[in-house]
Amino acid sequence: MCGIVGLYLKNKALYPQLGELFKPMLIEMTSRGPDSAGVAIYRDAVPEGELKYSLAHDETTHDWAALATALAKDLSAKARITQCDTHALLITDAPEHKVQAWLRDNATGVRLVGSGKSVEIYKETGLPEEVYARFDLASAAGKHMIGHTRMATESAVTTAGSHPFATGADLCLVHNGSLSNHNRLREELIRKGVSFGSENDSEVAAAYLTWKLRNGVSLKQALEDALDDLDGFFTFCVGTSEGFAVVRDPIACKHAVLAETDDWVAMATEYRAIASLPGSDKARIWEPKPATVYSWGDEGMNIEELARGAA
Amino acid sequence: MSTLDLQELGLRKVNSTLHNADAGEWTVSNPSGQHAIACGLDKPMTVDIQGHVGFYCAGMNQQADVTVHGHAGVGVGENMMSGVVRVKGNASQAAGATAHGGLLVIEGDASSRCGISMKGVDIVVGGSVGHMSAFMAQVGNLVICGDAGEALGDSIYEARLFVAGSVESLGADCIEKEMTPEHLATLTDLLTRAGIDADPASFRRYGSARQLYHFDIDKADAY
Repeated sequence: MCGIVGLYLKNKALYPQLGELFKPMLIEMTSRGPDSAGVAIYRDAVPEGELKYSLAHDETTHDWAALATALAKDLSAKARITQCDTHALLITDAPEHKVQAWLRDNATGVRLVGSGKSVEIYKETGLPEEVYARFDLASAAGKHMIGHTRMATESAVTTAGSHPFATGADLCLVHNGSLSNHNRLREELIRKGVSFGSENDSEVAAAYLTWKLRNGVSLKQALEDALDDLDGFFTFCVGTSEGFAVVRDPIACKHAVLAETDDWVAMATEYRAIASLPGSDKARIWEPKPATVYSWGDEGMNIEELARGAA
Repeated sequence: MSTLDLQELGLRKVNSTLHNADAGEWTVSNPSGQHAIACGLDKPMTVDIQGHVGFYCAGMNQQADVTVHGHAGVGVGENMMSGVVRVKGNASQAAGATAHGGLLVIEGDASSRCGISMKGVDIVVGGSVGHMSAFMAQVGNLVICGDAGEALGDSIYEARLFVAGSVESLGADCIEKEMTPEHLATLTDLLTRAGIDADPASFRRYGSARQLYHFDIDKADAY
């Protein structure tokens, strides 16, 4: 099962309502995935020279302020941090590779969930409605969001095994389906230096894309390569700084529907997740074709170029 | 005409009201993509669904004339026996799956596996269909006014497939066949009943080569 949803707002007047519009979409997919839920929201891009890091810890009492202070001191950088339940948002001007290494070496129990100029990733176990409330997302403003409701089949119900999975700067993946060659692919990727935080099959898909993008392959090409290299069932929704992309396996095993009006573009596992959006009754609705990459984003968004963001 | 507001009444109440009615003209408002709307009907009634529906809409239909004024999710008209099911928009996968009779009209495009294992239904698609349509089709007619995706009519038994546009590829044991005057008459009648304006002369017919009915060791290479 699992449910995935994506919403991209074309009409700027709706930006302040992004979180409110997205909430019923995610909650409607509870019956497809009641174990865990997660979202990636794109908002409040940081100034040039800084990056945002979405961090998570099992304990809500974790001392995030101490982490930011120590990181700033050790890396001689500016750092500010905001806690949100089990997650925290770190913004710093330290070089990305140094931040990653510092977190790995110094921040025991802290997971780096995602990073980029504008992406923020929040995910937890529990009912989608509860997860959404924990991270105060209903009041969130922004341009686009993707989300996932999980019914675990391939690995344990844990926060680390929840979606979205980061695949590079401002890039992340949500997956509906199951992969059958994830063990072998994970081993291959580990040999190439990619690290993993869970036993989840979808994380392998995300790691595969990360590795492709790191090697200079465009997002479109990486998704097309995934059609050859990933064995199993999948509908993927990939969030980018500009918008989102959707691709299904070659036999379109898992459900997906796309809808578009003058105000927004939405994707969901089932249309009922889209029905709550304003004007949905008049939306153009269709099923994405198998093995075809669809993408939406800002005017001029070129999915071929998106690898630049992930480099 | 009576209107049933699905949001207000809920799915079970809407369906049970339709099941308990003798006939009549009904409208279902606010379908909101819910599943199994107007399924299992068995009266000569008309049901207009004002919006997009979820999975299995009008499944198992008998006698009723159901129109979806929007998009239909997976399995619209699945296992229908008689009556008419019409989708004004596009349809998701497996439209008319295993259906035994009646007429299913999709005015837009149908996704993959349209008419999978059809057993006597007539399906008319105003647009194109996705891959593996008419997979294991047994009886009935599938009319495609646009294009057909990969592996059309894979492992087909006896259904007739009419395609006006291109066919990406034919499935195992599906071949192009001669369009006789009898087939042309059937096609013309179906297009008329579906209310779809297309020139019957522009269609080509496909059907079963009848090589896969029974396992034959001499044809093992073909399986």
